[in-house]
Amino acid sequence: MTPVAKSTAHSVVEASPRVKAFAGAFVILYAVIAILPLLWIVATAFKSQSDAIAYPPKVIFRPTLEGYVNLFTVRTRQTSEFIASLPPATTWYDKLVRKHDMVIAGPSKVVPRFINSLVIGFGSTFLAVLLGTLAAYAFSRFRIPLADDLLFFILSTRMMPPVAVAIPIYLMYRQLDLTDTWTGMIVLYTAVNVSLAVWLLKGFIDEIPREYEEAALVDGYTRLQALRKVVLPQAVTGIAATAIFCLIFSWNEYAFAVLLTSGDAQTMPPFIPFIIGEGGQDWPAVAAATTLFVIPIVLFTIVLRRHLLRGITFGAVRK
Amino acid sequence: MTAIIHPDAPVDRIGAQASFRAAKHVRSLSDRGIAWLFIAPTIVLLLAINIFPLIWMIRLSFTSLNLSMSYLPLRFLGLDNYRDILTDEDLWARLQTTARFVICSVTLQVVIGFGLALLINRQFRTHSFWTTIILLPMMLSPAVVGNFWTLLFQPQIGPFNYLVGLLTGVAPSSFSMTGEVALAPWTIVLVDTWMWAPYVMLICLAGLRSIPDYIYEAAEVDRASSWRQFWSITLPMATPFLMLAVLFRAIENFKMFDMVNLLTSGGPGSTTELVSITLKRAAFEKWRTGYSSALAIILFVTVFGAANIYVKALNRVKQR
Repeated sequence: MTPVAKSTAHSVVEASPRVKAFAGAFVILYAVIAILPLLWIVATAFKSQSDAIAYPPKVIFRPTLEGYVNLFTVRTRQTSEFIASLPPATTWYDKLVRKHDMVIAGPSKVVPRFINSLVIGFGSTFLAVLLGTLAAYAFSRFRIPLADDLLFFILSTRMMPPVAVAIPIYLMYRQLDLTDTWTGMIVLYTAVNVSLAVWLLKGFIDEIPREYEEAALVDGYTRLQALRKVVLPQAVTGIAATAIFCLIFSWNEYAFAVLLTSGDAQTMPPFIPFIIGEGGQDWPAVAAATTLFVIPIVLFTIVLRRHLLRGITFGAVRK
Repeated sequence: MTAIIHPDAPVDRIGAQASFRAAKHVRSLSDRGIAWLFIAPTIVLLLAINIFPLIWMIRLSFTSLNLSMSYLPLRFLGLDNYRDILTDEDLWARLQTTARFVICSVTLQVVIGFGLALLINRQFRTHSFWTTIILLPMMLSPAVVGNFWTLLFQPQIGPFNYLVGLLTGVAPSSFSMTGEVALAPWTIVLVDTWMWAPYVMLICLAGLRSIPDYIYEAAEVDRASSWRQFWSITLPMATPFLMLAVLFRAIENFKMFDMVNLLTSGGPGSTTELVSITLKRAAFEKWRTGYSSALAIILFVTVFGAANIYVKALNRVKQR
């Protein structure tokens, strides 16, 4: 923005109060409608089974933690005589379950799935950011023959439909014994994320003035020392933002996960739709899983707000 | 040193690097060595995970491989798979379904996204808070979104049908958004728009903010109406950004799998069966690997062509 524009902050361009109020009302109306589906899911997580499937849909209900208990446990139905013969329930969740003539039989698979999501998410993010930082630094600072073609190649690997990519990967992983393993998923997600990481980080490193490193080089630093002690500390915000974008991708990814994992390495997205109770989906438990799954994303969105535009356009629009 | 004042001028840069090279430690790697050392791991990974499988898949696409009947001898079919696909009327129908989905959802997203951006650009108080709220849907997992909208669309117990019932007087259980041939294609458009209109909005907002105020001031001096200002200043200057958003959304929606797979899984019948879902059925349910490899290659070529246009547009935006 030119100084001319800055000096005329209170100009004809500023909207009148009436226009502002009108615009505000519309945007707030849209935001409220758009957020309702999410709020409904958060509310459903606190409903009892019967409230969740009541007609008409219940807006006011007595909140309960049954959904969360059902999410984390496997339960079996028992006769009331059998339950009466048991020692009295000691924990609040035992009591909650026994009210429905059920007994907790053990933990559900949600915790292992959650751990899979965390391990695969953080593992692939770490590798993608590591590889991405090195490559981005090289693309940003050195003259590389065919640099534009290489960068396009890196980006184009992201343009392919995931289901199509999964076909040969499935065959390859079967040969290498990598189907349904952490290693297999981490390598795959790293490959997908690295393209984003290179493009985003190149943008961030381009913005760091070359002069700092060059001064360090004059002072006798090697290239690697200059990278570590001068460039990386300045790129830290960019690296963090890139890492969060990679993490969000791995966290949310479904197509590869559903086609290439079935149990041991299954992440949350293919797991959540198959949380079932007696007779169909256990909606309060599904909603509870969705809520827990979405909370980190909401926090990340707030943290990333300033870099969001860059992240979703591969660094094309920077603002 | 003039070289430091203009670091981006190519001639100066070479001069600067030459002088620093002398100043460096004797045992350090050359810049060229470091450059390749830094890029190589990324390129090797992409070759191993993207290019090698791609070449393998091209080879498979000429064969009769079927994983559910892998005891059969592998026959070389030449271009038969491609001929079968391109002459298959069902597949053309799936491509049309996909095209309609892409066109309808991207159009809606542009209209809503651009409209929202214009309103938010008025900078009313608390606009930044509400913008963040609006952005939330696009950050969510499409699969999880598809899954929880099936609850919202339940004819009996879902709040969507109930609300429509309240507003229009239609009985809530008399229609099913995901189960009716006439409604299901619009249902996937609706959910996709809910998710991605914010994406178009965010890019458009950047476009609007890139327009310098003095242009509007000049227009104001010339007494141009606000209608005229919109058509001659706002729209043309935001167009490259809008184009970027459209191309990106079009590519993403062409590849769409996760959200629709969980919301309607292609149904009812095949009314919402997008090509990605067809591909998944051919490859991972019927296990026709040879055939589905050929289909995947055809989709690759299509997306790759689109990606080329995308990168050209992207560079044009960057030059601004």
